[in-house]
Amino acid sequence: MAAMGGDGFELSEEQEEFRKVVRAFAEEVIGPRAAEIDETDEFPWDIHKAMVAQGFLGIGLPEELGGAGGGPLDVCVLIEELARVSGGVSVIPLVNRLAAIPILLAGSDAQKREVVEGLVSGEHQYSYCLTEPGSGSDAAAMSSRAVRDGDGWRLTGQKRFITNAGISDRYVYFAVTDPEGEKGHNITAFLVPGDAPGFSLGRSEKKMGIRGSPTREVFCEDVPLTDADVIGEVHKGFQVALRTLDFARPTVAAQAVGIAQGALDQAVLYVRQREQFGKPIGEFQGIRFMLADMATATEAARLLAYKAASMVAAGDPRTGYFAAMAKTFASDTAMSVTTDAVQLLGGYGYIKDFPVERMMRDAKITQIYEGTNQIQRVVIARSLLHSGGPGRKA
Amino acid sequence: MPLNIAVCVKRVPDTAADKNLDPTDFTLRREPDESILNPVDEVAVEEALRLKEAHGGEVTVVTVGPEAALTKAARRALSMGCDKVVHLSDPVLHGSDAQAIAYALACVLRRGSYDLIVCGSESTDARTSLVPPALAEYLNLPGLFHARTVEVEGDRVRVQREADQGYDVIEGPLPAVVGINWGANEPRYPSFKGIQGAKNKPVESLTAADVGIESTRVGLAGSQSQVLGFAARSAERRRILVDNKDGNAHVKLADFLQEAKLI
Ligand SMILES: Cc1cc2nc3c(=O)[nH]c(=O)nc-3n(C[C@H](O)[C@H](O)[C@H](O)COP(=O)(O)OP(=O)(O)OC[C@H]3O[C@@H](n4cnc5c(N)ncnc54)[C@H](O)[C@@H]3O)c2cc1C
Repeated sequence: MAAMGGDGFELSEEQEEFRKVVRAFAEEVIGPRAAEIDETDEFPWDIHKAMVAQGFLGIGLPEELGGAGGGPLDVCVLIEELARVSGGVSVIPLVNRLAAIPILLAGSDAQKREVVEGLVSGEHQYSYCLTEPGSGSDAAAMSSRAVRDGDGWRLTGQKRFITNAGISDRYVYFAVTDPEGEKGHNITAFLVPGDAPGFSLGRSEKKMGIRGSPTREVFCEDVPLTDADVIGEVHKGFQVALRTLDFARPTVAAQAVGIAQGALDQAVLYVRQREQFGKPIGEFQGIRFMLADMATATEAARLLAYKAASMVAAGDPRTGYFAAMAKTFASDTAMSVTTDAVQLLGGYGYIKDFPVERMMRDAKITQIYEGTNQIQRVVIARSLLHSGGPGRKA
Repeated sequence: MPLNIAVCVKRVPDTAADKNLDPTDFTLRREPDESILNPVDEVAVEEALRLKEAHGGEVTVVTVGPEAALTKAARRALSMGCDKVVHLSDPVLHGSDAQAIAYALACVLRRGSYDLIVCGSESTDARTSLVPPALAEYLNLPGLFHARTVEVEGDRVRVQREADQGYDVIEGPLPAVVGINWGANEPRYPSFKGIQGAKNKPVESLTAADVGIESTRVGLAGSQSQVLGFAARSAERRRILVDNKDGNAHVKLADFLQEAKLI
């Protein structure tokens, strides 16, 4: 296959080779544990350790800081192949990256070095705390507050649905620092250590999917912080949060593509060997047309995800527009393809002996987190109508 | 003492892909894109890398075959951590049998001064297991084959040679040829950086003439064995019924599986 330098239409030879490695790892190391992780809903520390040893947590992090190098497209390949086998496990690099991006975009050199070293060595994990009970889609309406206290800060607030809270020991936390200021221009990002006084966690939510990745509330009560804990500029945190989501959405798209591919592969295997009316059900046109549509949508989603990822890499101003489309299309595809996969397996699709029902449950979150698909459509449409034409920066 | 190790690798058709023979000369049709590093050679590469990590030194990948031998098999070995490649490719080699390949490999290996030559015990395509012993013979070196462990101490190498019911411990002086069995270790996955760096490692490309191969001793004509025909093995399904009248169906089933050498 010709290498086109990984521009999103054709992966480079190295990227294809990397895909093979991740696929083998996912099938051999994660595959045998995937159903059990879903069942027990326990964070798979052994797999985190194996992924650290394999260098997966360093992919996409700058080499000069000790990362493995590679760009957003390599991260997509990684997350896609993990998600093909286990949506829950794919969240590990996904969320660590989500929380690392604000630091890499706006953080101090010390913060950057710490995040890369921490993730690569496996010594630290990071969570991203934006959502609150009263502010989900309208994230800028958050009520967490950080107030000046001498040279430092005092942070008080509550975050909800924080992925890997309790597993992580570093929290990127967004809080209002100027309650009188203009909404969205009054927020600052902080780096809060998990052992800070006044920091605590709520219970683990009981979830439909991506189990094995805990989702918890995070509470801060008068948590003392210093200026060294501020990420980027004071009052500019929300801009960092939004840019972070633009950068991270292609990886959620990749996660969705992986889940869809996993379900499609299972369906193909199944219809070849399941016989009814004297032949494999894959001989029936009604089944074949479903498979064809599932495969077509999955490939299209993959292209859009890679396209958006290459735009992140290139610093293209249309990144937000494409990232929103990639996330929406890929997650809608993951939902429809996994639902169809369950259908193709008939009654067996509905029971836990086969992985497709898990994949269907895992797919749903990709339409919700990092901005619901309605919010993505808001972003896409705003870009079309208000920003000087399609694809311009919103 | 740092070790200068050569590891001989072969590309084979992907174990998951359909395999076809060329009906004109009965050689395997090798689709370049569906080639992989012979899985048993991957175990040999892993063993070589562990020896290098323990003793220092260098691991050279030696491979014979067309372009895909380099791009599929040898490059995988490089991405796992080997240092460089010697690649022998020549149309005169087409159709060489195991003995002829061993001769060709010997011609390549004689040019280096290797302390240890490591091979996989067999390839997943032809499965003759003949190359490592023939290679030792051509090089006039001690051969330690079917190893499940390899240790080097000073100027001696010691292996546990797998036997039917256990293993023998055998030892010989370096330099030596060692054949590694499937299962001797769990080969590492190449790292991201290893993959990125593989293309930049040195490759020495050689022709038969470069290494003094006599063309009459290789290729279809130069091989002492000839494939005359082939047939697919009929995969016959058998059904056995184990009754449990006396309550020990499990024993009977285990006996059956053992007899069939399945457990
Ligand atoms: C498993 C899981 C993990 C998560 N991980 C994290 C995390 O690590 N960090 C983090 O900060 N957050 C996280 N979240 C939160 C997630 O990003 C939010 O749930 C999401 O953004 C939606 O917010 P909400 O739940 O408050 O829904 P709401 O905003 O209340 O939305 C409810 C419904 O209204 C729709 N809606 C809202 N506004 C509009 C509008 N203007 N136009 C049309 N429709 C609209 C929404 O699309 C949705 O369908 C996670 C959530 C879950 C479930």
